[in-house]
Amino acid sequence: MGILDGIPHVRAVPSHRPWPRVVVTEAGWQAAINQLAAGRLTLLGFWGESSAVHIALLDDAATEIAVVTYECAAGSFPSVARQHPPALRLERAIHDLFGLTPTGGDDTRPWLDHYVWGKSFPLGSRNAPREVVPYRFLPTEGEALHQVAVGPVHAGIIEPGHFRFTANGEHVVRLEQWLGYTHKGIESLMPGAGVQAAAKLANRTSGDSAVAYAFAFARAVEAALDIEAPQRATWLRALMAELERLANHFGDIGAICNDASFALMHAQTGILRERCLRAANVAFGHRLMMDVIVPGGVTCDIAPDGVAALRTLLAEINKVFPRLIELYDNTASLQDRTVTTGIVKTEYARQFGAGGHVGRASGRNFDARRALAYAPYDRLSFEVPVLEAGDVNARVWIRIREVEQSVALIAQILDLMAPGEIMRALPAGRGECEGLAVTEAFRGDVLVWLRLDTELRVQRCHLRDASWFQWPLLETAIEGNIIADFPLCNKSFNCSYSGVDL
Amino acid sequence: MRKTLLESLTHGSLTEPAPAPDESALAELASKVDRAAQARLGRSLAIRQVDAGSCNGCELEIHALSNAFYDIERFGLRFVASPRHADVLLVTGPVTKNMRQALERTCDATPDPKWVVAVGGCAIDGGIFGGSYACVGGVSEVVPVDLHIKGCPPTPTDLLKGLLALLEHVGGKR
Repeated sequence: MGILDGIPHVRAVPSHRPWPRVVVTEAGWQAAINQLAAGRLTLLGFWGESSAVHIALLDDAATEIAVVTYECAAGSFPSVARQHPPALRLERAIHDLFGLTPTGGDDTRPWLDHYVWGKSFPLGSRNAPREVVPYRFLPTEGEALHQVAVGPVHAGIIEPGHFRFTANGEHVVRLEQWLGYTHKGIESLMPGAGVQAAAKLANRTSGDSAVAYAFAFARAVEAALDIEAPQRATWLRALMAELERLANHFGDIGAICNDASFALMHAQTGILRERCLRAANVAFGHRLMMDVIVPGGVTCDIAPDGVAALRTLLAEINKVFPRLIELYDNTASLQDRTVTTGIVKTEYARQFGAGGHVGRASGRNFDARRALAYAPYDRLSFEVPVLEAGDVNARVWIRIREVEQSVALIAQILDLMAPGEIMRALPAGRGECEGLAVTEAFRGDVLVWLRLDTELRVQRCHLRDASWFQWPLLETAIEGNIIADFPLCNKSFNCSYSGVDL
Repeated sequence: MRKTLLESLTHGSLTEPAPAPDESALAELASKVDRAAQARLGRSLAIRQVDAGSCNGCELEIHALSNAFYDIERFGLRFVASPRHADVLLVTGPVTKNMRQALERTCDATPDPKWVVAVGGCAIDGGIFGGSYACVGGVSEVVPVDLHIKGCPPTPTDLLKGLLALLEHVGGKR
């Protein structure tokens, strides 16, 4: 049975690639919501336009994807979040940006809009003022409860956001997040931009996933135009993506241990992270490899001494990392803090379609590199580690295993990569077209959806970080733990702020 | 663990020699840093980092300053958890409107004498996010800036050069 068989639709959009997009009436919209709520489909994305809303659906079992569109003739749409909670924040963000109202939804509080933009509904077509009301955190009742407010400016070198803890003694009974502080209006800067300028914006959606975003954006443009990047470009893209994954996992493994006061690990993984960034700089001319991946291919080939730099890096990791794994595994004071701390239940990970280490540490066996097998991963062999425990320890182990896989992948790519073209000109005059792409960043799947006009300019582009579906799970993971364990839980997720605030 | 520790003791240090202070940064500071303030601080600066809406790229490189290669603390530069303990605010991002008030308050909470260092292309003029309804566009639009460190993001060496220029200027003229 195809993914759209149970969803009655009025028409399909032929210029949408590579997966189908269909326009539905209320019946079709409701059918999609029902399938999400019943757990038959996973919510992959949810975004708006001036007078329509779209949901991207994933059939996990068949790895089929489809986009369902509801045209909001009356400026409203039936609430998805009412029946399917993972949609809630995205739905609130859609209302903030476009002024489209979810009907039947319970939570009408703003999400991104802190009432200081100087205008309401900045991406919407209607010019209605918005009533300004102070932000209300969810109520908590009980004699012994007290609240701890943290942020937006945190104590470390971290992105800004607000956490409201309600605690009973030391134990957290509720954590509520309020984000939006880094909202830069990225999706408002996209329309009218040429694909190269738009790629620069996409690159800076979340700095730690610069490669993954550029990769997803480039593939979305290529899908829309129905072209493929040259083979060598795809090898180089994957090389950068795995290098980025390595650097981030090293940084996070160390940072988690540091939050458990185990500084030795932090120092050691910090060295490995720096070595990754330096190798990236030698190979691609930028430590974070920004602006190398563009629609059509990559802007530069690997530098002549880049291959040697990467091989030296792999040798160093192979020498040092096994000892660090042993160190992690044999340090009781660390295990004491990470085992059974901050558990994400497997049913929540499934319901929210949690990606990356958050999902895979809680039994959700999804990795876009394997499930969607985009080039060049269709030609590489690797394993996707999955655990069930769902605690901080499991998330550390997933990262450890992923480091090993990335090292093996980089070695494979260096062996397989053949000379060739790295860039292909984008065909003009294809007419209006739409593309969707999903790539696997270090923290989970990044989705990019866009529509191009006849002049190859972006008309609308939506970028969805994996963190949308991970942040709410952090709220559940901390319940019943002590406040002092929050940094550990938080670091083991390492959700993006900039990536969801946009 | 013993092996790792022993190896760390016997191997030479990874820490690299300090880069020279950035000349243009020194010139920018020459006109801004007050002599009396220099006398009070000596060669030590406490830094409070504030992300005012960056993509997080700058933060990654600021983090790197603390790794074994750059080891920023050997210069008397250290990151602190509260603006009340800080001499320097290291601010990144195109200052989103949603962060404007938090930045102002953080700056107000920092005791005098203090310096504001704007880090990264966005912090200078909003960078590629400059034209957005959601951004103020540059740190100096919100709080007075003493020094800019360019780059997208600036490398740890760029950051170190700028901060050393600041330190030199603050401490060197006692």
